Amino acid sequence: MTKAAEIEIASVSKVYGTTTAVHAISLKIPAGSYCCLLGPSGCGKTSTLRMIAGHESVSSGDILLGNKDVTDLPPAARGTAMMFQSYALFPHLDLVDNVAFSLKMKGVDKETRRAKALDMLKLMQLEPYANRRPAQLSGGQQQRVALARALITDPEALLLDEPLSALDPFLKIRMRAELKKLQTALGITFVHVTHSQEEAMALADLIVVMNDGRIEQAAPPRTVFERPATAFVARFMGDHNVISGRVTASTASDTLLSVPSGGDFWAPASDTPEGDLADIAIRTDRVRMGAAAEAGLGFTGTISNVEYRGSSVKLVATGAGIEEFTAILSDTMFFDRPVKVGEAIELSWNREDVIVLGRSH
Amino acid sequence: MATVRFIGAGTGAGTPKARRSLRIPARLASYLQATPLTLILGCFLALPLLMIVVVSFWDYDFAQMYPGFLLMNYQETLSSWVTWQTYLNTLKYAAMVWAITLFLGFWVAYFLAFHIRTTAMQMVLFLVCTVPFLTSNIIRMISWIPVLGRNGLINSGLISAGIVSEPVEWLLYSDFAVVLAMVHLYTLFMVTPIFNTLMRIDKSLVEAARDAGASSWQVLTNVILPLAKPGMAIGTIFVVTLVMADFSTVQVMSGGQSASVALMMKNQMSLLQYPAAAANAVVLLVLVLLMVAGILRIVDIRKEL
Repeated sequence: MTKAAEIEIASVSKVYGTTTAVHAISLKIPAGSYCCLLGPSGCGKTSTLRMIAGHESVSSGDILLGNKDVTDLPPAARGTAMMFQSYALFPHLDLVDNVAFSLKMKGVDKETRRAKALDMLKLMQLEPYANRRPAQLSGGQQQRVALARALITDPEALLLDEPLSALDPFLKIRMRAELKKLQTALGITFVHVTHSQEEAMALADLIVVMNDGRIEQAAPPRTVFERPATAFVARFMGDHNVISGRVTASTASDTLLSVPSGGDFWAPASDTPEGDLADIAIRTDRVRMGAAAEAGLGFTGTISNVEYRGSSVKLVATGAGIEEFTAILSDTMFFDRPVKVGEAIELSWNREDVIVLGRSH
Repeated sequence: MATVRFIGAGTGAGTPKARRSLRIPARLASYLQATPLTLILGCFLALPLLMIVVVSFWDYDFAQMYPGFLLMNYQETLSSWVTWQTYLNTLKYAAMVWAITLFLGFWVAYFLAFHIRTTAMQMVLFLVCTVPFLTSNIIRMISWIPVLGRNGLINSGLISAGIVSEPVEWLLYSDFAVVLAMVHLYTLFMVTPIFNTLMRIDKSLVEAARDAGASSWQVLTNVILPLAKPGMAIGTIFVVTLVMADFSTVQVMSGGQSASVALMMKNQMSLLQYPAAAANAVVLLVLVLLMVAGILRIVDIRKEL
């Protein structure tokens, strides 16, 4: 239906006065994909999105949209459309005029633009509210109006700045599904800024995890979750235990990691030289109760917290120099051998579940 | 076993002695809260107004007023050609001053709200705007005289520069002088409410308009101006009511050559024709209230209050 554009960011930086918000990042977002920029607040994800949209000037580097250099073009000439965090609907216009706004700016006559806007509203199932003002709509409806207004320009890429953050949890999940459906139907590139890893995992074809103005990892959701590139990614995505220590021995196939005044743990071979710091991650749902098959694949700790979550139980243990080690156990496994806070427990995992993390900068 | 004590729990139950306090029924409390303002408005607004309305129906001669119910004062006021001309003149001033202050006020507010980036600087510049208000209205008005007069700054400047050979006469004691002084006195009343509305415009609306391809002019006409309307309406109410009620500026700056409704009333009062002045005041009040009602019909200002 619509032409989608590949977005390429080539060593783009953003400097505000003396602070650098974005450090020379490079990224390629394939045409027609759903990309989520994920990170904590202040990580530069919104600045990056605003630079793609043209609402923020680029300090250095280039932005290409479908092989066209758009670095210095005004927002409307780029073929992108932006959906703002608070939706930025015009409070003095009804829905039809809100949606038809860009057509009015282009000088399209009133009849044509109102008809087009009505079609768009129909697509978003907002027709019955066409003559209302934005303030008379619910959050979810407002979001659909914002979508309609952005899509009426027939963009090659839609840029969404935390589109779901203003919605309540139930609506969030519903609108999330609608966004994904819309993206699939339109086939255009979506770039979506969020700080919720759950949202990113549910939506994205490509997750770009950002921290401190840099890209930590850009990969499909499954890769980001199963092979987090850095300790930051592992921690931010959650459901991972990160163990930091020093490499004390390494063989062709294994590395031994020693936690300061704590245990030693085996990890797959890495290129970290002996004596250097390294991080490993173990998924919380791959940890089990019981003695390790061999030394270095488990430890004995003291339980500091037990949380029942229905189908699973979350245990938090301390020991072997590890401050907080989480294990998600299935409810049957836990209630076969229930344990209490303060008890000592053996936790272990398999060799293949250990991931060696890269050190970020 | 450790005892868990929640904050606040137990402190009430532990001290059963209820503190002695003056209990006021909830219904009475709200009336009490409204009393001070009611008293002030009643004594200083409603009562005087009522007195003016009552007096406007009284009879009078050169020395005394006679209580009664006569429509004579209204008949005389409304049937006089001078009255109509004076009203027309006052409305002319109001229209001119309104148009100029609206234009100036909007751009000053626009500059402050959208072109000054830091809030601190915005506040500083806004305070600079209010500094002239530290002196009295009359002083600010009179200080125009040495500027505009026959031998004033402007005229002597023009003559010594060789631009004119004779002093320009219409600078002072003219409609020009009246409007100039009023604009000077009242522009801030326009700036403040417009600045207030402009500050409340979500900056992302401007970005959204730009995203939709709007030029700077289109952003102004399609987004900012419509959203500034309530502020403009409030400023308009301020300026129009102030100009309609003005007598000192008209008297001083026109040198007595022009009249305004309030000036007419002042003259009537100095002739001790209080009932006539009261009738005039009631007519003016009705006219101004109608104008305000008209403005409120056009623009919804409720959101700003």
